Amino acid sequence: MSTNVTETDRTDLSDKGAASVRFRAVDKAFGSLTVLENLHLDVEPGERVVIIGPSGSGKTTILRVTMTLEHIDAGTIQVGGQHLYHEETSAGSLKAASERHIRKVRSNIGMVFQHFNLFPHMSAIENVMLAPVKVHGTSREEAQHLGMELLAKVGLAEHANHTPGQLSGGQKQRVAIARALATQPSVMLFDEVTSALDPELVGDVLKVLRDIAEEGKTTMMLVTHEMGFAREIADRILMFDKGRVVESGPPSQVLDDPQEDRTRSFLGAVAEH
Amino acid sequence: MEDLVLTPGQYAQLWNGALATVRILAGAFALGLFLSLVVGVGRLSERKWVRGISFGFVEFARGISSIILLTIMVIAIPILLGDVFPWLRGRSVAVLGAIALGLNMGGYGAEIIRGSILAIPKGQGEACIALNLSPTQRLRFVVLPQALRIILPPMGNLTIEILKGTALVSVVAGFDLMRATQNLIAGMLAQGALGVTVLFINVLFIYFILAQGVNGLFRLAERVLDRRFEQRTGRSAVPINVAATAGS
Amino acid sequence: MADDNHRPEAPPTASDDARPAGTFEFEIEQSHKWYRRPEVLVPVILVVLGLSLLAVVEAPSGRFRSQFTPGRDVSFGWDYFFHLVPQMLRGLYTTARATVLGFLIAASLGLVMALLRRSERPYVSLPAAFVIEFIRSTPILVQMFFAQVLVRATPWLTLNPIVILFIVVGIHYATYASEAYRAGINSVPKGQWEASIALNLDPATKWTRIIIPQAVPNVLPTLGNYLVAAFKDVPIGDAVLSTAGVLFFANTIRADDFRPVEPYLLIGVGFLLVSLPAAWLVRRLEESIEYERD
Repeated sequence: MSTNVTETDRTDLSDKGAASVRFRAVDKAFGSLTVLENLHLDVEPGERVVIIGPSGSGKTTILRVTMTLEHIDAGTIQVGGQHLYHEETSAGSLKAASERHIRKVRSNIGMVFQHFNLFPHMSAIENVMLAPVKVHGTSREEAQHLGMELLAKVGLAEHANHTPGQLSGGQKQRVAIARALATQPSVMLFDEVTSALDPELVGDVLKVLRDIAEEGKTTMMLVTHEMGFAREIADRILMFDKGRVVESGPPSQVLDDPQEDRTRSFLGAVAEH
Repeated sequence: MEDLVLTPGQYAQLWNGALATVRILAGAFALGLFLSLVVGVGRLSERKWVRGISFGFVEFARGISSIILLTIMVIAIPILLGDVFPWLRGRSVAVLGAIALGLNMGGYGAEIIRGSILAIPKGQGEACIALNLSPTQRLRFVVLPQALRIILPPMGNLTIEILKGTALVSVVAGFDLMRATQNLIAGMLAQGALGVTVLFINVLFIYFILAQGVNGLFRLAERVLDRRFEQRTGRSAVPINVAATAGS
Repeated sequence: MADDNHRPEAPPTASDDARPAGTFEFEIEQSHKWYRRPEVLVPVILVVLGLSLLAVVEAPSGRFRSQFTPGRDVSFGWDYFFHLVPQMLRGLYTTARATVLGFLIAASLGLVMALLRRSERPYVSLPAAFVIEFIRSTPILVQMFFAQVLVRATPWLTLNPIVILFIVVGIHYATYASEAYRAGINSVPKGQWEASIALNLDPATKWTRIIIPQAVPNVLPTLGNYLVAAFKDVPIGDAVLSTAGVLFFANTIRADDFRPVEPYLLIGVGFLLVSLPAAWLVRRLEESIEYERD
């Protein structure tokens, strides 16, 4: 099968290492509803940031604008030192980025969704191989080798030929993680990856996330309601409410000794469940 | 029962007509399918003018009566546009008729394709962005393969409607199964009402069988697709060597 | 009962609390049924009235003829085009009228077919299913030819061509209408039938209050679409039976004046001017009476 890969689409799949993500004065609104307001945030290479907050607080939107699923209204986002929504002109000023530029910077980012979004007409291994082969121009043999390694890593090597319909929710989510890892992104975004799962299946997925964290090769941004897991994995926790960062700090501070009332009441509400 | 049977010579003529009908159907189907895809995807384009043109085409092709479109195509268009497109001059009625039916089918088919693309969950598109697939790759590898399953049943019905439409070619002096039938009417009229009934019951049955054939082909395609969807253990599967990969 | 579904639960207010215990005021709101809403009812009634008028009033008869000698040097002339408009409208009227009368037959015969097909006796439902499928999947043009030749071959039977047209369009589209009725009835969820049993409703109440009101929103737009589809097939009658519709107009003018381009383009335009608004109306109807289900 022919591939539609052009020279500029090709990105090296060898280890790029973790990258930083910098938000500067980012605004985002849906109609009259402001979801991000003048957001400033620095995520350092290899850092693991967990974002918590009530639903509708805009925490998922941070991940979605970073993945360019929604476009920002104002401000800038840089990934690994490169502007995501802008290009630098020769004069040094910024202009809106071309589609090609966005795609190039975006190739450093991977995302795992709450509802998996696996392709139902492809087997697990085909899901994992698609982007390496079609976007990054990896040979099929190489992509298959890499894909099987990743599936083995998430404990699903023997399910490689199964379609999503034949897998449980937890297995689907682990395939989705393998699929995101297959492009070897420098930044990984996890959007409530366990909240659509039955409680007994959550453990396997969290274990995979732990493994990724341990390797330390990617920057991780996670939105989650699993406070125990957040405490364990996070370098830093951001409490988010009404489009703003209310409080930020290491888990020991934000979870155990919150400074803000808003954080305290949110943690109290979560603990009740 | 044997009263319902025509002579071998009559069947030979009807057979020729049926072949002509199938050829017209094939031409109309090829053009119609192509237009359905292009216009159906165009209806969802990000470019406003592409959406506008596609919408205009769909409204025209679905709004006009197929027999009027056919007469315009066969009688008026070669005169009107013959200078600009010399190719149109001297085309056979079968070719022009197939074009008209194909245009007609394209309008309805485009709406089928558009609807099926819209039926694909939004998350599929988001996953494509997250994997950095280009819009073309997204359409080809993710959206259309899934949309195909939704497209097939209504596309089968549409194809049967176009098969019925091929009979219109006979009123603009084209040769098809209906025209072959007309050639036989005079002979059967001598036998009275029973004679023409026998003739037409036979002809209608041939159309019915053709329609069931189209139906069967689409059902077959659905089944093949379902099987591929559910279990893939055939050639395309990746050989699993758990022992080799588990240790890494 | 069903009415409080439509009423958002209001949070208790101070005045509610202040109300003396023991009295309970609750006004029952009329639920928002589609057939009680004027914005649906008024257009539907207008369209039905218009169609009835169409069915009753016949077009002026007479041969289609142009009083115009078009130039021979151009393939298209606007003045000739506009000169033909009034006669084209006469043909279009006849086409529309034949559509409405044919569809009246289709809508009623379709109901009979649907009931036969729903029958629990297989010796009724199976033949009905076959006949419906057979008529539906064979060309209406061939059926018209069949009817015409059959009438010609039957000495004791004389039928006006336009009557043959009504009958063939009626029977052909009855098979489509029967599918619309069937789909409409099947679209009422199983739970509704079960609830009717659970509430011990008698059959009359079940059909008039539960099933039909929920089935009609699915049937009406489909019937509307088939009416538009029938309108597109009626000109076939002009070619086969020489009824005096739009296509017959164009064929006559072409034979008289040897000018094919203008009359055929004109009937194309005239046709779109009727079928596009009609299709748009059906779409509006579909949107406005779509049933909201939980």
